[in-house]
Amino acid sequence: MRVITLDGLTKRYGAYTAVDDVSFTVEPGNVTGYLGPNGAGKSTSMRMIVGLTPPTAGHATVLGRPYKEIPNPGLHVGVLLDASAQHNGRTGREVLALSAMLMGLPTKRVDAMLEMVGLNAAESKRRVGNYSLGMRQRLGIAHALLGDPEVLILDEPANGLDPAGIHWMRGLLRDFANRGGTVLLSSHLLHEIEVIADELVVIGRGKIVAQGSKESLLESSGMFVRALDDEQLAGALSNAGIEFTRVAKGGFNTHAGAEDVGRAAAGAGVVLLELRTADGAGLEDMFLTLTADDAREAVTT
Amino acid sequence: MSDNVTGGAVASPMRKLSVAETQVVPLVRLTRVELRKLVDTRAGRWLLIAIGVITAAVVVIFLFAAPAEELTYAQFLNATIIPQAVLLPILGILTVTSEWGQRTGLVTFTLEPHRGRIVMAKLLAVLVMGIAVVCVAFVLAAVGNALGAALQDGNGSWEFGVSGVIDTFAFQLISVVQGLALGMLIMNTAGAIVTYFAIPFAWGFLTATVSWFATIGAWVDLNTTTIPLSTHEMTGESWAKLGVSVFIWVLVPLVLGWMRLLRRELKSA
Repeated sequence: MRVITLDGLTKRYGAYTAVDDVSFTVEPGNVTGYLGPNGAGKSTSMRMIVGLTPPTAGHATVLGRPYKEIPNPGLHVGVLLDASAQHNGRTGREVLALSAMLMGLPTKRVDAMLEMVGLNAAESKRRVGNYSLGMRQRLGIAHALLGDPEVLILDEPANGLDPAGIHWMRGLLRDFANRGGTVLLSSHLLHEIEVIADELVVIGRGKIVAQGSKESLLESSGMFVRALDDEQLAGALSNAGIEFTRVAKGGFNTHAGAEDVGRAAAGAGVVLLELRTADGAGLEDMFLTLTADDAREAVTT
Repeated sequence: MSDNVTGGAVASPMRKLSVAETQVVPLVRLTRVELRKLVDTRAGRWLLIAIGVITAAVVVIFLFAAPAEELTYAQFLNATIIPQAVLLPILGILTVTSEWGQRTGLVTFTLEPHRGRIVMAKLLAVLVMGIAVVCVAFVLAAVGNALGAALQDGNGSWEFGVSGVIDTFAFQLISVVQGLALGMLIMNTAGAIVTYFAIPFAWGFLTATVSWFATIGAWVDLNTTTIPLSTHEMTGESWAKLGVSVFIWVLVPLVLGWMRLLRRELKSA
């Protein structure tokens, strides 16, 4: 079952195309990461999913129907688009209480959510205007979970969270997906998303540039190998006809298999210190390469 | 910060609500939410407190400043009309513009994607609040009149017809709805407030410089057509004139503003 579908979603502002023919689906039990540099079109896509921005072309559905046609949508879909979009004059508690009232939820649900996101009684009685960005994000996540939804759509939820906060959110979203929930979250930071997401959709300048499971995208970045003497290893790999690229911190990335690399090293008597699947750094290289043409700044790797 | 959700643990499966069986949020509940939003921020709360304090102040001033024979219920109530009419529209303006200025619209229109229902709820909320504020004026005027008779040897007449009640409510509710309409049309607190107060000045200026405006002003200028409402001298013709000017300055902006709000894109940061 597809919980969220985007079908040819496009948004143009005059001559500028913010989102260009974006199609993907999000399955239940998964955390899908929507990754891209700033201004790539992530937020615009998410606003189109929930009907705040009318698309120029294409359409999106949530739980099998356009978001607008979901009655009392807060009970089905938890949305956090911008943690700062709250009235600065309201207290954190009041923000949740208003939405609970609208959704027809009891007040104790507000207390439960405040406790879950770690906002204590004193903090919840302060005005949102005095909140740090991290506290606003926690309040925003509490707000998204208020209606006990089965779908979460979160735009940059880790922004402003400290490392402990990111760890906490990772656990929370993992648990949510493990229970059968569906999560779509965006980020412009690869490290943030690769620890949380199962599926990745990478977007650059409005267009999807890569999508698939995290493992399949990781795999394509190949093997990492490092030796006691990297120069000796470079020679051995060259002799064996194995192509490789040098990693700045030492070692090499290669698309050859582990066995080929191991045999080449053994044949030349090179002492290997590491031979493994390239990790996040490889995915990062991929992310930077995929988005380099589309990024706002020139990226040098 | 407690780490009370453990990663990876298989917890109880999720409760999944049937979308088809979920009820839409009733309009009454949306209206109650909008009413609460009028009073739960400092700006809204102080505006209402200011309306109450100024209404009371006007009654007190009238009690001590007016000649004894003028201390009647009708006169006390009339004294409260103008100060209330100055502040009430701001309530209508704020209820809409804060959704854009403070960007709470992102949440409001995500929880109720049918924006027309939110506008309807806001309209009902400001009407309810407007009626409540006018009721405060009725009560304070009664206190003033009682005190006038007791302390100042005032006239103390309670004479006040049904038409007076209708006039007073009509006067204030027109202004609060006009505020809401301008808020939707202009979508900016300062801009909407300035426009609300600038329209009468602009008319005054045009009337003074172009004689033609003085002629049509009798039918078009809301400031002119509402005068019989505050003096309780409404006739068939004055209701007709009021209707024309309300159509131009309240209904047209309301419809245009409503359309603008339905179409306007809500942006995140």
